[in-house]
Amino acid sequence: MSHASLKEPADPTPGATHTRFVRYIDRTREYYEAQGFERPYRWAAHEEAPFTPLSRPLSESVVALITTANEPSPPGWKEGDRRPLRRVHSFPWSDPPRLYTDDLSWHKLVTHTDDLDSYLPIHRLRELAEEGRIGSVAARVHGVPTEYSHRRTMERDAPEILRRCREDGADVALLVPL
Amino acid sequence: MSLTARHLEANGLPTVILGSARDIVEHCGVPRFVFSDFPLGNSAGLPWDPTMQRQIVELGLELLESARQPRTTVQAPFVWTGDPDWRASFSRVDDSNREQLRRMGAKRREQRDRDRAEGRVRDE
Repeated sequence: MSHASLKEPADPTPGATHTRFVRYIDRTREYYEAQGFERPYRWAAHEEAPFTPLSRPLSESVVALITTANEPSPPGWKEGDRRPLRRVHSFPWSDPPRLYTDDLSWHKLVTHTDDLDSYLPIHRLRELAEEGRIGSVAARVHGVPTEYSHRRTMERDAPEILRRCREDGADVALLVPL
Repeated sequence: MSLTARHLEANGLPTVILGSARDIVEHCGVPRFVFSDFPLGNSAGLPWDPTMQRQIVELGLELLESARQPRTTVQAPFVWTGDPDWRASFSRVDDSNREQLRRMGAKRREQRDRDRAEGRVRDE
């Protein structure tokens, strides 16, 4: 059953006194402060952003799909065991593994990640390729770890994702963080 | 993820992000962003709702085609109608859990120190 619709839910007190969407930067800072972490996390912030126009129509483009979900548990792994360090990983879209999402900060009280396409729309993208809306889905899906360190993402992981996308002949990339 | 999008884009690969943490993505500054005002975890659409998932992916594709400048955000036209308290209940801090969070933090710092000693975590 779907929990969302195009219809607004009835609101007995219309109007807004606070920002409506969640301010995650503030919420996260308060949450870690309450845990006794003294130095607040510094989120990436830029005044400028890069921009590259499409080089060809989407109907002729190879679309790469990128997730923040982590690799499946290694064989023999049991609940409570330590997991390997997060790293860039790839798998064929035609045979996706059961990805590991429990270590990521999504809203576990109100939703779940049992439907892969709710956080990584592999099958939806494949349908769009079959209908000719896009040229094709890149052969591999890539996973990029959510790192505390901006430097590790910028110097290690993002260049590796770029290298793999180029290897797959990708023309555009659809990135879906959890 | 936003930093990865910036890196791909700066190196000639057009990108679009489908996400639900609007402030985090927009502070980072990305080329194109489809925002769904949902609890974190389902930024490609609600579980078991292929019609909505498809519409959100389609919004991403349309944005790839239509954006003429970076930092272009489009909000998906869907409203979460599950638990109405979802915004307040994410990482909530109040009197009911303050002590529990304090203990949790102490435990995490101990674990982090052990990880560092074992070389499992690189220092920043």
